Amino acid sequence: MSKTLERAAPFLFGIIGLGLWQGAVWGLAVPQYVLPGPVAILRAYAGDYGTLNTALLSTLTVAFTALLVSAALGVLLALAMAASTLLRAAIQPWAVILQVTPVVAIAPLIIIWVNQPFMALVVCATVVAFFPVLSNTAAGLAATPADLLDLFRLNGATRWQTLLLLRLPAALPYFLAGLRISGTLALVGAVVAEFVAGSGGFASGLAYRILEAGYRLEIPRMFAALTLLAFAGVAIYAALGLFSHLMLRRRDS
Amino acid sequence: MMDLTGVSKTFPNGTLALENVSTTIARGEFVALLGPSGCGKSTLLRLMAGLEAPSSGTLAWQDGPPRPGEIGFVFQDATLMPWASAAENVFLPLKLRGKSKAETKAEVTAALAQVGLADFAAAKPAALSGGMKMRVSIARALVSQPKLLLMDEPFAALDEFTRHRLQEDLRGLWRRSGKTIVFVTHSIYEAAYLATRILMMSPRPGRIAADITNNVADGPERRSAADYVALVKQITDVLRAVMPA
Repeated sequence: MSKTLERAAPFLFGIIGLGLWQGAVWGLAVPQYVLPGPVAILRAYAGDYGTLNTALLSTLTVAFTALLVSAALGVLLALAMAASTLLRAAIQPWAVILQVTPVVAIAPLIIIWVNQPFMALVVCATVVAFFPVLSNTAAGLAATPADLLDLFRLNGATRWQTLLLLRLPAALPYFLAGLRISGTLALVGAVVAEFVAGSGGFASGLAYRILEAGYRLEIPRMFAALTLLAFAGVAIYAALGLFSHLMLRRRDS
Repeated sequence: MMDLTGVSKTFPNGTLALENVSTTIARGEFVALLGPSGCGKSTLLRLMAGLEAPSSGTLAWQDGPPRPGEIGFVFQDATLMPWASAAENVFLPLKLRGKSKAETKAEVTAALAQVGLADFAAAKPAALSGGMKMRVSIARALVSQPKLLLMDEPFAALDEFTRHRLQEDLRGLWRRSGKTIVFVTHSIYEAAYLATRILMMSPRPGRIAADITNNVADGPERRSAADYVALVKQITDVLRAVMPA
């Protein structure tokens, strides 16, 4: 019983919250351009779902491409860092600098430098997303059990064998945990990049729709786009969690 | 098999782990390195394996230095790769030397059978008990037919019942195969049951405090025979004499 209640808790909480929100908007006669109620938002979505879904798809394409690039880049850099202390010393501070610099600040530059709009968005989102994959994979490669490394040494394993047969498989759970964080960050990065590029006029993503709705004071439509974005984030997080769970279960049992 | 002469080991942080250890490991011996935590017995084992180099002194192999796979090493934890089945874990030392799965199938099966796990070849470590994992680990150390088997407190983390079973199996395996085994332990009873020769070590810095030969007869009464009890008493007395208060 309590388990079922626990599972249902976020939904119940959400429904109660939505009900209170709708009640307050009705009761206090709040104008729609200040705060639309859930019903108005749903109506706005129903009236414009074609454009909004296309925009969502566009944003997700950017986020997903950035996630793939992040995964490849993060693993490559982590391998380089694991291979030599000199490379580690050279790469690590720059990765941190790139991570702590707000993407909003460098996005305009990237958009100027990278001519092709889609690629520019992907680069921005990758800058935001690649760090968790890098740092987690690097941590995983460094955390290879010392006894197993000794065992490989005693049996005359080459560096290459140790990497392929031991270090990479041992780092897989760490990589997957990093990938999960990077997934949501890729979405954040894609949205931020679209915001910056939006006024440039080539964007068609959800962030652009949010901006556009804001300019036109179509607040319910803005909320509808926001809601889609939130759902997309939750879906990415859940899907990557499931992916990682299935992968590790398949491998280790 | 191996002569150690004046072996000392100082770690980079200045700790003197071993001081002036000299002894000879003869072929076919079952040697127990017995001592409390911090007496350098694991360090001595790692030196024998070639995983560490001595700071001074020499380790000389009587018939040349070992090639990869000629030393089997069993760690305190089973240290299996969780993503690989029991058979794949046992296959690892052969794989690292470029052998194929097909040509070594019989060897892997035999090694697993030797530790009583023939039926668990396909099981992943997560599905095995602690004792079974340790058996896989022993099979992995045996599969490359090492001339020396080094074991670092392999049964310390197991429950008493499993430990007794594995001790009996290991003793039987040693009697059948005639392998040379060096076994690190901090249990007096384990050393007295398993080994033909017990090197008692004292701590800070680690050195050999006594060299005791075990002449207790093999058999079902081994754990309760009068001379086994006498041996345990002898070890305990030495222990009292050499341990700092």
